[in-house]
Amino acid sequence: MTLDLLEPGQAARITAVHWDVLVEEEARRLRALGIDDGAKVRVAHRGVFGGRDPIALAIGRMTVAVRRAHAAAMEVELL
Amino acid sequence: MSKPRKIALVGNPNAGKSALFNALTGARQKIANYPGVTVERKSGRMVLPSGEPVEMTDLPGSYSLDPTSPDEAVTSKVIRGEFPGESAPDALVVVLDASNLEQHLVFAQEIIALGKPTVVALNMVDLAERDGLVLDPAALEQALGVKVVPTVAVRRRGLAELAEAVASAEMRHPGPGLTSLSMVERRVAAHAMADAAILSESKRHRLHARLDRVLLHPWIGPLILFALLFLVFQAVFAGATPFSDALEAGVAALTGLVTQHVPPSLARDLLTDGVLSGVGAVVVFLPLIVILFFFILTMEASGYMARAAFLMDRMMAGVGLSGRSFIPLLSSFACAIPGIMATRSITDPRDRLTTILIAPLMTCSARLPVYAVIIAAFIPAKAVWGGIGLQGLVLFALYVAGIVGAMVVALILRRSVTKGAASGFIMELPKYQMPAVKDLAIGLWQRAWIFLRRAGTIIFTVTVVLWLLLNFPRAHEGQNQVDASIAGKLANGLAVVVEPIGFNRDMALALIPAMAAREVAVSSLATTYAVAASDDENAQAMALGDQLKSRWSLPTALAFLAWFVFAPQCMSTIAVTRRETNGWKWPAFMLAYLFGLAYVFAGLTYWTAVALGL
Repeated sequence: MTLDLLEPGQAARITAVHWDVLVEEEARRLRALGIDDGAKVRVAHRGVFGGRDPIALAIGRMTVAVRRAHAAAMEVELL
Repeated sequence: MSKPRKIALVGNPNAGKSALFNALTGARQKIANYPGVTVERKSGRMVLPSGEPVEMTDLPGSYSLDPTSPDEAVTSKVIRGEFPGESAPDALVVVLDASNLEQHLVFAQEIIALGKPTVVALNMVDLAERDGLVLDPAALEQALGVKVVPTVAVRRRGLAELAEAVASAEMRHPGPGLTSLSMVERRVAAHAMADAAILSESKRHRLHARLDRVLLHPWIGPLILFALLFLVFQAVFAGATPFSDALEAGVAALTGLVTQHVPPSLARDLLTDGVLSGVGAVVVFLPLIVILFFFILTMEASGYMARAAFLMDRMMAGVGLSGRSFIPLLSSFACAIPGIMATRSITDPRDRLTTILIAPLMTCSARLPVYAVIIAAFIPAKAVWGGIGLQGLVLFALYVAGIVGAMVVALILRRSVTKGAASGFIMELPKYQMPAVKDLAIGLWQRAWIFLRRAGTIIFTVTVVLWLLLNFPRAHEGQNQVDASIAGKLANGLAVVVEPIGFNRDMALALIPAMAAREVAVSSLATTYAVAASDDENAQAMALGDQLKSRWSLPTALAFLAWFVFAPQCMSTIAVTRRETNGWKWPAFMLAYLFGLAYVFAGLTYWTAVALGL
C-alpha cells in the first residue's frame, strides 16, 4: 500500500521509498524533512473542494505539505 | 582598526531565526544582495558583553548543507567560506525550534560537525512549553558538545546569555566519526538526542492542530482564504486613499512653493514637471504598498501564508505551478517588484521563472490611476444588474482579465519555454504564532525603504531623461514644444505602429514616458493636452477626463484599457527581472510577449468595439 491511499487521520510507517520516480532535488528535500524509510507519518489534511491533492503530513511535531505524486512513491504499513 | 568578527545565524526555516536576528541587532540592519545571485543578505551589528562589536548575518533557512534551492546554496557556501567575496563567519549560532528538536537537530549536527566555534540557541522555548514540552538544555549540550542557550527571541529572553556564549565560543575538534555521519545516521542520532532532552511531554491539544482543522478544512478553509483576501483588498484600497491624497497634496504644495519662489526657467520646469511630478506620482503609492505588506507580513509571521499556499496549490497545479507561486503573485497586486523578489522562495527554477514572467500581469497599483481616469471619463456611472455599479464592474473585469491572462500564459509557458518535470509542492507548515510588533515594524520599514530608494534612483533618472527628451531641441516661435522635441518625433514614428489598434499620436506620446512607470501615462496625457495647470490633482484628473472625452472615441478608450492590462510599461520591473534572472534574455522575452499581447488585445478590443458600433 502506498501513502497516497491514506485518508485523513490515518497513521503509517514508511517502509520503502521509490526515490527513482522522484525528481532528485525533491527527493533530497523530502529526506531533509525526515520523510524517509522508517519514518512515522500521519495524514493530517488532504485536498481542497473534494480533491485529493495536496496532502498535509504530520511527522514528529512538524506538518509538511506534499503532493499526491510524492506520497504515491512511498510504501507504507498502517499503524 | 581591525574588521569586526563575523557571526552567522543559521538554522532550519521556521526556527525563528529572523526574529532572533531582529532581537539581537535591532532595527539597524543592512539589506543587500549576495553578489551574482539574488539572495538577500541581511546583516547587522551586535555588541558582545566585552564591548566588542561584531557583524551578525542572518543566513537563509536551510534543511541541510546539501542545497536544494538558490537560498540554501548561499547558506552552504557562506558557512564553508566558499562564497566569493564573502569571508567565512568566525562563529556560528545554530537556531533550533525547541518544539521541533528531532527535525532541527539533523541540520544542527551537520553544522556542529564543521568544528567552527558554534553556539546553539534553543529558540521558542515558550511555544514548546505551551505545547506541554519540558526540555533539558544540559542534556542537549552534553549530546551536541557545544553550549546550548534557551531563548525566546520575541520576548528578548536569553539574549544576554547567548551573547556571552558567542563571545566565549571556541574552535573545537569534532570527535572522529561525527563529520562523516550520513543523513540517516544523523537522523537516528537526532531522535536519540531529542528523546534525551525531552523531560516530559504531555498530550495537550495543540493549538495549531485545532486551528488547522478549520483553516485547512477542504471546504471551509478556501472560503476563509477568499474572504480574507477580499477583506485585504478592501482594506488596502480604502485605507490607503486618505494617506495617498495627503501625499499628493504635499507634492502639489511643494510644486506650488517651487513655482512661487524660483524664477521661471528651464531648471524650474525640470524640478516641477520632471522631478516632482514624476517621482511624486510614484511616491503616492507608498501607503498602498505599506498597507498591503502589513497584511502579507502578518500572514507570513503568523504561519497562515503557508496554509494559503496549501489551499491554492491545487488551483496553481492546474496551470503547472505550485502553491509556492501564490505568495509572489499576491504581492504583485501591489507591485510586481516585491512580487518578483518574493519568487526566491520557489525551489524549482522553472516554476520560479514562470512565476516571474507572469507576475507583471497581476494588476499592480500603478495601473489604477490609468484605469481610474479612463473609466471615469468613458464608462457611465450607472447601475447594472441590481445595484452593481458599471464602473466598478469594468475595473473588476480588468483585474480578472489580468489573472486569466496570467494563468493562460503560465499554462503555455510550462508547455513550451519553461517545460520540465511537473513541479512539486513540498513545504513545511509552520506553527501558528502571534506576530511580534517589532518584527512587523522592521519588515514594513525595510519594504518602504526599498520602494523609496527605487523612486529616488531609477524613477528619478528616467523622469529627468524623459523630460529632457520632451524639451529638446527647443521649439521655434509658433511651434509646439512637444512637436519639436525628440520625444515628439519618436511618438510620430510610434503612432504609425499603434494606429491599427485605434491609438492616436497623443496616446503614442504618452506611452513613451509611461515606459518608466504606467501611472506616468496619466500625467503625460495631461501635459500633452495642455490642461490648464492646476495644483489640485483631482481637478486635473477631471479636466483631463473632459479632454479625453472630446478627443477619444469609446473604442479607442477601451483599447487603451486593454493595452494596460498587458503592457510591460515599468522599467523597474524589467530591471528587477534582469537582476533576478541574471541576464537580459528573460526580461527581453517578457517585454516581447507582453507587448505582443497588449497589441493584439488592444487591437481586438478596438475592432470589436467598432464592429459593435460603440
